[in-house]
Amino acid sequence: MRVAIVDYDAGNLRSVQRACQAVGLDGFITASPEEVLAADKIIFPGVGSSVSAVDTLHDRGLFDVLIEAFHKGTPLLGICLGSQIVLEHTEEGDKDCLGLIDGVVERFDFADRTYKVPHIGWNEINIAQPHPLLRQVEDGDEFYFVHSYFTRPTQQANVVATTDYNINFCSILAKDNLFATQFHLEKSGRKGLSILAEFASWEGGSTC
Amino acid sequence: MLSKRIIACLDVRNGMLAKSVKFVDTKDIGDPVEKAQEYYEDGLDELVFYDITASSDDRNIMLDVVEEVAKKVYIPFSVGGGVRSVEDASKLLWAGAEKINVNSAAVKRPELIAECAHAIGNQNVVLSMDILRREECREFPSGYEVVINGGRTPMGVDALAWALQGESLGAGELVVNSIDADGTREGYEIKLTRMIAEAVSIPVIASGGAGKPEHLYEVLTEGKADAALVASMVHYGEYTVSQLKQWLHDKGVKVRLKY
Repeated sequence: MRVAIVDYDAGNLRSVQRACQAVGLDGFITASPEEVLAADKIIFPGVGSSVSAVDTLHDRGLFDVLIEAFHKGTPLLGICLGSQIVLEHTEEGDKDCLGLIDGVVERFDFADRTYKVPHIGWNEINIAQPHPLLRQVEDGDEFYFVHSYFTRPTQQANVVATTDYNINFCSILAKDNLFATQFHLEKSGRKGLSILAEFASWEGGSTC
Repeated sequence: MLSKRIIACLDVRNGMLAKSVKFVDTKDIGDPVEKAQEYYEDGLDELVFYDITASSDDRNIMLDVVEEVAKKVYIPFSVGGGVRSVEDASKLLWAGAEKINVNSAAVKRPELIAECAHAIGNQNVVLSMDILRREECREFPSGYEVVINGGRTPMGVDALAWALQGESLGAGELVVNSIDADGTREGYEIKLTRMIAEAVSIPVIASGGAGKPEHLYEVLTEGKADAALVASMVHYGEYTVSQLKQWLHDKGVKVRLKY
């Protein structure tokens, strides 16, 4: 099985690759549109700014390839920034994104300064609907977050889990063969690795 | 709700784990990779490695340690000590660190923080501050001074002013390390931690002085810290990470218990 880890200059891809290895998934890092399109599974991680991320996806010819891969049914896993760029639009730099899921990305904007931005650390997820990738995850399990922007999908059907940080935001979203987490599952201990392990055998689809 | 983090600090010298007391008289206490893995299995939230290797020729040993840790530990960890340039920071990140810590080099050349933040992202840049108590005066209105070289060299910089400057230069988190409290095991510097935590809008990690679970409780509540650094109280087996977390949970502090 060929698992492409998409290189769009957005963060430490090796961490994701190592986490893949830890669960027996052999991921290869690539920036080639042909290799991404030919892969059996695709992971697009990411930290940093979605402005440069989206620009780089365009520059490398990866933007349309990700959309094509989604429509042909390749299982896709987005992580952190990779979960934000699947929506239609982000407030960050007023950028149009992949549009695989209806909705937008907004910035945390709290009057209460005890809620620091970025949201950094371990926080719980509340599972809104069961999903095969969460087979080893329970309601209330904690994952590691680092982000200032959050996703707001239009359809409740795309919300798999939410997390409370002054507001209740969507921390996992999914649609068909796409699954995306706002948290860094590669840095979230065993619970995070379990999602990757399930991804290894996932064919796409939301039936448990 | 966001959990308070327990972070274990591992001082590494020539690839071996060392524990410093007031930054002098350090003593080797084992293999950092093994310790890191032990804490990870026991539910630790995060790790910090400080490379206290004297000679910069031996710095590559640290990169090997980081590579090994990254293969075994799937929680965030940061590395500090000797980060003087974007190149140093990038090497550590590539080797597997999640974040880098800057300290002395940033006090001498504050632009280092901005350069690193630009190159690797604010969230990956932690500013560690070594701080000494002073009489409040015009030079040190907060009553605290920034020191470098493991506490030996006072810099004539006010601690609170430096924290604010560090934040505005792009640091994503602050480690507030009290040199007065470090190694005493008599508790964190609550007043200092709280003062900085209330002034900045980035997370503050309290460091120096932890000896009992009560100390963690104090600094995470009254001290307003987002995370507490522990070292000797767990390194010598007196407490385990899971015991500390359970204790804090029982006192009503939100910590991650399921892992």
